[in-house]
Amino acid sequence: MMKKTKKFLNNLYSLLFFLILVAIWEIFSRTGTVPNYILPAPTMIIYSLFTNFNFMGRHILITIYETLTGFIISVLLGIIIAVIMDGLPFVKKVIYPLLITSQTIPIITLAPLFIIWFGYGYLPKIIIVILICFFPISVSLLQGLGSVDIELINLLKSMGAGRYQIYKIVKLPASLPSLFSGLKIAATYSIMGATVGEWVGGKDGIGVYMLRAKYSFATDKVFGAIIIITVLSICLLKLIEFIEKKSMPWVFYEKIETMGE
Amino acid sequence: MSNKVDALKIKKSFGSLDTIRDVTVSLEKNKFVSILGPSGCGKSTLFDIISGLEKPDSGDILINDINYTGKTGKVSYMHQKDLLLPWKTILDNTCIPLQIKGLKITQARDKANTYFNLFGLSGFENYYPNQLSGGMRQRAALLRTYLFSDDIMLLDEPFGGLDAITRRSMQLWLLKLLENFKSSILFITHSVDEAIFLSDSIYLFSKRPAFIKATFDIDIPRPRDYKTFTSARFNEIKEKIINLLQSE
Ligand SMILES: Nc1ncnc2c1ncn2[C@@H]1O[C@H](COP(=O)(O)OP(=O)(O)OP(=O)(O)O)[C@@H](O)[C@H]1O
Ligand SMILES: [Mg+2]
Repeated sequence: MMKKTKKFLNNLYSLLFFLILVAIWEIFSRTGTVPNYILPAPTMIIYSLFTNFNFMGRHILITIYETLTGFIISVLLGIIIAVIMDGLPFVKKVIYPLLITSQTIPIITLAPLFIIWFGYGYLPKIIIVILICFFPISVSLLQGLGSVDIELINLLKSMGAGRYQIYKIVKLPASLPSLFSGLKIAATYSIMGATVGEWVGGKDGIGVYMLRAKYSFATDKVFGAIIIITVLSICLLKLIEFIEKKSMPWVFYEKIETMGE
Repeated sequence: MSNKVDALKIKKSFGSLDTIRDVTVSLEKNKFVSILGPSGCGKSTLFDIISGLEKPDSGDILINDINYTGKTGKVSYMHQKDLLLPWKTILDNTCIPLQIKGLKITQARDKANTYFNLFGLSGFENYYPNQLSGGMRQRAALLRTYLFSDDIMLLDEPFGGLDAITRRSMQLWLLKLLENFKSSILFITHSVDEAIFLSDSIYLFSKRPAFIKATFDIDIPRPRDYKTFTSARFNEIKEKIINLLQSE
């Protein structure tokens, strides 16, 4: 109880501070200290967000589509590759170092290449999302699978369990927490990946909307897009946290104190 | 010979660490045999070998007179830790061996459920392991072991992590439980009292590398109960064992 109130108070202080900053910003813009095309007032941003929302809707849906498609493919691919590497040490030996090294390439810089190869459609954006999301998912899961308590595995072996049963009963559930920490990292970057892909070249999507707003110095619309991107990222993260809670109920139960012998 | 388990002339070392020098242990049908020995002398290693998880450097494991050295799946083995899966409910934890044997989860649950009362677990089927006390977790682990096979059970210090009072009540409970079972049991413990109270015979292991310092037949008649702990015969045997332990 105490802890909860304390946490609530802390959040409240942060929120208050944030509101004060926004208020100062509002005053600066409204008094004309900073011109509107540099820094539009927060209320103007919100207003333009509402009036443009109909127009933005299609762009938002496109970006969501690219992100989710890329994300889901990354999840499947990440899980499959991690399980294969975990099950076949030889494959891991070959692929894992390459995978790690490949991460030193800033994926974003590859975006122009994908546009050249795959055109201006949705595919290059989806590929960028996949390249960004796949890695944290597969590496976290791989680490999770590798650090399962060997005694649990031995227990199943002593009961004569086969490989498949050991995965199903012990290894996969035991590495769920690692998998979810990878999913959360991936979710945080996925929308950004799609947006950057759209910047490099495309016909629609929130990134394209942003660029167009930028060309016409509609700074309020740029801010609106930033807000949308942020909200989308948070929503995806929250969705994953929700699924995490649902799929690991045992983590969220309290110990019962008065259990008799 | 018609022993349930024979571990014959077992030797085992891990690299340069000589763990088991030479151990021969046998378990007759329907008997309760304890292994008593200092920490780190190789008791759990012997169980790993009997269960087939480890291969001995030399020696053989016979189960019902058939050589099963290095083969798993023949005896049920309760490890030193309870090893309940935190992500499964108590009921589903006890179902694991049945599922491995190919039962559908619903069939497995039906079967496991019928034992919950006997193992003092009824009402807790749908709890997760970390919601339960140590004693209950051990009983759940024991039920899971039992459901794998009630024929031969290896129990590695099942009550090791419990407080003294819980431990005593678990010993009494296990003794009662076993009156109804036809299992043959090998049991590891650090506690001289526990070994005498539960066993038909005791192997006393030396420090590592393990060999057998002595064997004792416990001729205290059954059924035993809490008064056994204070009986004259009990304390005679206890004194003998403690004297031997002193002379390390
Ligand atoms: N897989 C292994 N690799 C290397 N050394 C091991 C391995 N398993 C056990 N040992 C070592 O063998 C020795 C005996 O271990 P074991 O677990 O059998 O002892 P124990 O008699 O069961 O001890 P305790 O009473 O503390 O449980 C220990 O020194 C341990 O560190
Ligand atoms: Mg041990």
